Amino acid sequence: MLNCEEAARLLSERQDRALSMAERTQLTLHTMMCSGCREFGRQMTTLRDLVRGHAPDASAGTPDDKK
Amino acid sequence: MSDVSSTGALPEMPDSHEDELIALRDDMLRFARLQLSDEHLAEDAVQEAMAGALRNADSFTRQASLKSWVFSILRHKIADLLRSRYREPVAECKECEHDSDSSFDDRGHWQAGVTPRAWGKTDALAHNDAFWKVFDLCLDALPGEQARVFMMREHIGLDSHEICEALELSASNLHVLLYRARSRLRACLSERWFESA
Repeated sequence: MLNCEEAARLLSERQDRALSMAERTQLTLHTMMCSGCREFGRQMTTLRDLVRGHAPDASAGTPDDKK
Repeated sequence: MSDVSSTGALPEMPDSHEDELIALRDDMLRFARLQLSDEHLAEDAVQEAMAGALRNADSFTRQASLKSWVFSILRHKIADLLRSRYREPVAECKECEHDSDSSFDDRGHWQAGVTPRAWGKTDALAHNDAFWKVFDLCLDALPGEQARVFMMREHIGLDSHEICEALELSASNLHVLLYRARSRLRACLSERWFESA
């Protein structure tokens, strides 16, 4: 059984390498039962999506008046 | 400025976008320096990106902001540089060791206060300047190596293999660095943005 720390590592690593079948199975079993790790996994994806679409340092540039 | 008519006619544009580009130059340099950590290479990359932007100014329609368009050109330049001529080994990876992570107890379970909780809607954040200010603070708080590999991977979009080669890192060390960077960013954003206020 994975603990949360091991699950979190895999949730990060799956964005960088293909996990093995065994790893995927263990991860699924863990996240089914653990809402903390489920959120962690979602947030890893969100982080990537946000950063990929963004021009860094928004302090100067587009006249965006939204606060 | 986002008014793109349905007839396909381009809005009135000044001769090229020179003034705006010049205003963006500092941002671009800052970004290129962070990625390349070499003043000359960074200058070159920014020059080339700006030249490319001017050359293709006609193809730029106001559908995207000028800034994100120019940065996507710069990002490609930097990716090319990192792939081809750039090598800067991480001298000694102090941050690569597996050490204890205070987010977990000694059995590897989340500590009570830091268990990830739902972030809620994130679609609108891409254009929220206040959010990106917080993001920059969180990124700046990371150890240098972590911030660097995170941006190479997630922003520039290099694959693991390319990053390992450029920094002469083993795959497992890279994975540890990326995991640390993502975890800290996640925790920092949760605390300072999603769960504050």
